[in-house]
Amino acid sequence: MEFDQYHEPPEELSPELRTKARLFASLAEEAEAINCYEQRLSVEPDAEARSIMANAQLEEFKHFVMDLEFLFRKMPVWREMGEGVLFKEGSIVENGDTAEGHDDGDETNGSPAAVPSGNGVGGSLGIGSLKGAGL
Amino acid sequence: MNHLLRGHAPITDEAWKQIDEEARDSLVPRLGARRLVDFTGPLGWGHSATDLGRVSATSEAPAESVQMRTRKVLPLSELRAPFTVSRSELEALDRGAVDTDFDSLNEAARQMAVAENAAIFHGLSEAGIEGIAEASSHQPIPLGDNGFQDYPAHIAKAIEVILSSGVEGPYGVALSPECYTGVVESAERGGYPLLQHIRKILQEGGDGPMVWAPGLDGVVVASMRGGDFLFESGQDLSIGYESHDESVVNLYIEESFTFRVATPEAAVALPK
Repeated sequence: MEFDQYHEPPEELSPELRTKARLFASLAEEAEAINCYEQRLSVEPDAEARSIMANAQLEEFKHFVMDLEFLFRKMPVWREMGEGVLFKEGSIVENGDTAEGHDDGDETNGSPAAVPSGNGVGGSLGIGSLKGAGL
Repeated sequence: MNHLLRGHAPITDEAWKQIDEEARDSLVPRLGARRLVDFTGPLGWGHSATDLGRVSATSEAPAESVQMRTRKVLPLSELRAPFTVSRSELEALDRGAVDTDFDSLNEAARQMAVAENAAIFHGLSEAGIEGIAEASSHQPIPLGDNGFQDYPAHIAKAIEVILSSGVEGPYGVALSPECYTGVVESAERGGYPLLQHIRKILQEGGDGPMVWAPGLDGVVVASMRGGDFLFESGQDLSIGYESHDESVVNLYIEESFTFRVATPEAAVALPK
């Protein structure tokens, strides 16, 4: 049985990484479901059917943010990036650059660095949980 | 800029990257306790206390027929280890030098790891933190004076004690540097390495890890099923800026956290 959330042989991944992979897959599925309901709601003429689908979409909103928060807690650097962008007024791109530690606009092509450098992001070393890692 | 004030340091982005990498490389192998416990967070520098869900005894409020109870919380502890980096070394790093002198940083990282491990295993009484070894409800199993030969039997016994309390594995073993070195260097009478024997015992118990934990005194065996040992991070290990002069930059490693033992039956201490 194959699981397409893995990009490396699952047996080579730690249990914690496999848990994260499941949550990444769940996050993508919830986003897809929100998108699906958004389109259905836009074309459904029946008011009662729309209210049922709107209710279902609310559940997907909840599931998505719970998945995201779980992953943020497991990946401190990502969480810090989120803190610099989410729920902020102003330009999303500028907030992203600031959170990443670059104010010069060089990273506006959609390919931000995986690990922020410089002094602009928190200062956390991003160590987080090490549970299960042995010698 | 946050309270770490990194933006005020006379340090280039490239040098910050090297300092952060050096600190991570120095800390991660030494953070043995984190390998056994549940980690929550980081919840931010502004996070000041862990909710314990308990209240004080009822007392009288300053109005008739009104009762008062006070919520109990565990305040976060802040650990900070200062270190210095020579400005001439930072200049050399920016020119491409690969042998930067980070001795002071490495010593600070070592001290932070020792402090975190000691807090988790032996507690911080002034901060209200009870460590795993002290919180255990089981009688300690002394390692004795018979060298390291008896360690596999002691560890197997500790696992049986935890299992007898209804706490499942996997089980992890943390060893002090002295105990770890002894185990690595020793073989049983038949020549079988002690390290392999202990790993085999852990495999039988669910394949938990064996960890090296500077700051721990002796050995601790603990269940890793989850929910028993709770490390709550406010600010995870970070590097901040203190001050500088013409020759050195004064920095520090800092973190804030609480630690709680939810299930005292889930661990056994094996003191030296």
